[in-house]
Amino acid sequence: MSKDKFDYFIKGEKNNYEVIIGLEVHAQVSSNSKLFSGSATKFGAEPNSQVSLIDSAFPGMLPVINKECINQAIRTGLGLNAKINNNSVFDRKNYFYADLPQGYQISQYKNPIVGEGKVLLDMPYGSKEIGIERLHLEQDAGKSIHDMDPSNTYVDLNRSGIALMEIVSKPDLRSPEEVNAYIKKLRTIMRYLGTCDGNMQEGSLRADVNVSVRQVGDKNFGTRCEIKNVNSIKFMQMAIEYEANRQVELLDEGKKIEQETRLFDTKKNETRSMRSKEDAHDYRYFPDPDLLPLKIEQKLIDDLKKTLPELPDNKKERFMKDYGLNSYEANVLVSEKEISNYYEEVAKLSDKKLAATWMMGDLFAMLNDKGLNISKSPITAKNFAELVQSIKSGEISGRIAKEVFELMVESGDNAKKIIESKGMKQQSDPKELEKIINEILTKNKDKVDQYKSGKEKLFGFFVGQVMKQSGGKANPQLTNDILKKLLKG
Amino acid sequence: MSEIVKKNLSEIIDLIKKKEIKSEELANLYIDKVNKSKKLNSYITTCFEHTIQKSKEFDKKPNLNTLLPGVPLAVKDLFCTNGFKTTAGSKMLENFIPQYESTVTENLWKEGAILLGKLNCDEYAMGSSNETSYFGNVINPIAKDTVPGGSSGGSASALAADLTPATIGTDTGGSIRQPASFTGTVGLKPTYGLCSRWGIVAFASSLDQAGPMTKSVKDCSIMLEAMAGFDKKDSTSIEKKKENYSKNLKTDIKGLKIGIPKEYRVENMPKEIDELWNKGKSILKDLGADIIDISLPHTKYALPTYYIVAPAEASSNLARYDGVKYGYRSSKGNDLIEMYENTRSEGFGDEVKRRILIGTYVLSSGYYDAYYLKAQKVRQLIKKDFDENFGKVDAILTPSTPSSAFKIGEKTNDPISMYLNDIFTVPVNLAGLPAISVPAGLDKKGYPLGLQLIGKTLDEQNILNVAYAFEKNCNFKNEIKNWWL
Repeated sequence: MSKDKFDYFIKGEKNNYEVIIGLEVHAQVSSNSKLFSGSATKFGAEPNSQVSLIDSAFPGMLPVINKECINQAIRTGLGLNAKINNNSVFDRKNYFYADLPQGYQISQYKNPIVGEGKVLLDMPYGSKEIGIERLHLEQDAGKSIHDMDPSNTYVDLNRSGIALMEIVSKPDLRSPEEVNAYIKKLRTIMRYLGTCDGNMQEGSLRADVNVSVRQVGDKNFGTRCEIKNVNSIKFMQMAIEYEANRQVELLDEGKKIEQETRLFDTKKNETRSMRSKEDAHDYRYFPDPDLLPLKIEQKLIDDLKKTLPELPDNKKERFMKDYGLNSYEANVLVSEKEISNYYEEVAKLSDKKLAATWMMGDLFAMLNDKGLNISKSPITAKNFAELVQSIKSGEISGRIAKEVFELMVESGDNAKKIIESKGMKQQSDPKELEKIINEILTKNKDKVDQYKSGKEKLFGFFVGQVMKQSGGKANPQLTNDILKKLLKG
Repeated sequence: MSEIVKKNLSEIIDLIKKKEIKSEELANLYIDKVNKSKKLNSYITTCFEHTIQKSKEFDKKPNLNTLLPGVPLAVKDLFCTNGFKTTAGSKMLENFIPQYESTVTENLWKEGAILLGKLNCDEYAMGSSNETSYFGNVINPIAKDTVPGGSSGGSASALAADLTPATIGTDTGGSIRQPASFTGTVGLKPTYGLCSRWGIVAFASSLDQAGPMTKSVKDCSIMLEAMAGFDKKDSTSIEKKKENYSKNLKTDIKGLKIGIPKEYRVENMPKEIDELWNKGKSILKDLGADIIDISLPHTKYALPTYYIVAPAEASSNLARYDGVKYGYRSSKGNDLIEMYENTRSEGFGDEVKRRILIGTYVLSSGYYDAYYLKAQKVRQLIKKDFDENFGKVDAILTPSTPSSAFKIGEKTNDPISMYLNDIFTVPVNLAGLPAISVPAGLDKKGYPLGLQLIGKTLDEQNILNVAYAFEKNCNFKNEIKNWWL
């Protein structure tokens, strides 16, 4: 969306509709052990190799809170500009399922650890604030595996008991684009904080998506449907698109929306009903008597606050102020902590603005091509800065710089070495250039005459000839200046 | 039959310490009597090979600097014991062998005790007569047609019949004190959080507490000292220094203020209970204590509150017995839901099902506020009653039960009258306080009756002292005639 005005509306047969979206994001807490047991949390371990007696709910086993998970939730809450509750409660959410060994999930219901907060989105039509309703801690369930055997279901409890943060947004999102920006922003914040790796392929970040529609101008919310457990931004966007259109069609036909839970079928690209409101589980929440209410001292919150890293919003502001970047550039360069670190290292050693342009252009394109993270970049920040400086000082032209860049990627050598060994240095001696240009003008006297008689387009032809003659190394600015001077004379 | 098994725990410890008896000899004496006492049905599991092996090891290298040197002990079958069946009195766990040891039993073994076997109890500790056990009802050694009380009925019966020198039970609403009262033994429910709940099959987590059951108050202090202690594996465990209850036991209670709550004089209470209570008052008065009338106005709400809170927690705690991971699984059923339904229908007994139903109901949406939430509020008021009075008094004296041991089958079809048996004991669990039941006399039938002393939070030493002084001056004699041998 490159428009500067919000325009995501769904046109029905009769009316124009606005889409209202709220997200419940489940983010896996980065911690070495589970929320209430000492079991490891590594992704991809052998099935049932990270399961304790507590995780598998043996008789007499009791949960003991993992303090690191509490700290991570507080850090995340602080990163979301949210209120940390000094008193919160762990509740039991009761339901039966084969991969839920306790027969209940320990979660937080009425008194979550984190209260209201907010997240800022940079949309093409300006910045938008999305309200956070709450953040609470809960246990993940295990995994039922239905496709290993035709007649049996297997259960892997490695995930059972892993700490999740459920981050509930207010119904402030209005388009799939905003959902995209919101999820990415959340992920960036949590990655900066080190509280969730945000890896969607590994299931570290997934969301329940609440969608409703209402006629443009209407103040009341429509009936919402909840699309459960969507695990990629693309699927979220597709699900919203489908679901909003489905609801608009129903309303246009004068039908009612039933409040229900739906599933997104990624193969058919549609949502379908999972259970209606009448069939909704009665989870019989009540405070877990095995755990005392969670009391968080203000001092702990203050101490954690002091150790928070600079967060993307602040960093963006600083990049704009200190490095003279525009909002778009700053946004891109703070989107990942590693990118911002790389940029800052480059910017310290070279031209700040030019560094940003080159990073966002050639460097990102190359990394994208190779499927590499910036931390694995074949060009170090120091070498990249040297390349930028070579452009800035006029030692090489932009065009040559692209060649140098390619060679740097291939060889891992630094720019200076490549420029020198390949003789790629720019021809910037005015006397030398003047000599070349004079030769060209003499050879093309007819064209010089045409130029002088008003065919100014020919200027490009002369530049091209100079470049050809110099093997592309002529300093373009200097070439222009000298050409103009000599053609006048 | 040897007279040694009749002795109190403290006497037996003395014999061992003076090397007048070996651990193995002692073990054999109990094993012999257990083998001859199957009629009482107090044991679910015995592990005599283990007992003998451990007692031999002890005798080879006796460590006498422990609280329970080489003493064989049987425990309620609600404590998980590593390598030995732990059934909780249920078909659901009929063949369940834990690979871990409960903290409380571990503490006993560390103090030199040796496991003798696992004692019968009501299914998942739900019952007041030990008639809900899948392994059959337990008989009270005082008379062959009476119940031993419950849920720690097997523990009380085995103790009174000299089938273990001391034992431990769990008390959620009176499950230690009521059977102690019915069998003429001593039973103490500690302050909630004094003994770890880790490794004990859970009934109602906010009420469950393990405690000692013994033949004397002194024995009780030794056992409590051995089993209590902070455990970081239990989040509700209280972090405090270990106390030397047995060493600090004293009979001087002069000047102590003993409260008598008027609300415990319930309607239709047998005269004998009232007389017993008066006897208790006068004994303590003679010992120099001040007897003070007090009021605990919310007492009458304790039973209904208990029968909301306990089943609510139980309904959730027992959800894990679903046939998926361990324990009983029905062979019937075409899908997961049917497997659950059949497993739980076949694996649980009626009383357990009744409480799961009650608990599920009171937590259901639309009923939660009216039942569970209200019960939690009343629970706070009950606690407040005690807190306010403990400014005025040091301990509270009440009867332990509203009757002596009743007949087998007498109340099985009348759950309410069964629940009423816990009327004097449940307020203490709701308030998390310590309380001890001490034998105080016999009724007309010659059945024992107990009095209950309720203490302040973590004031176990004080109620032990009062009970100790009381015991010394009460001259209670249990009349058990070994009729089953």
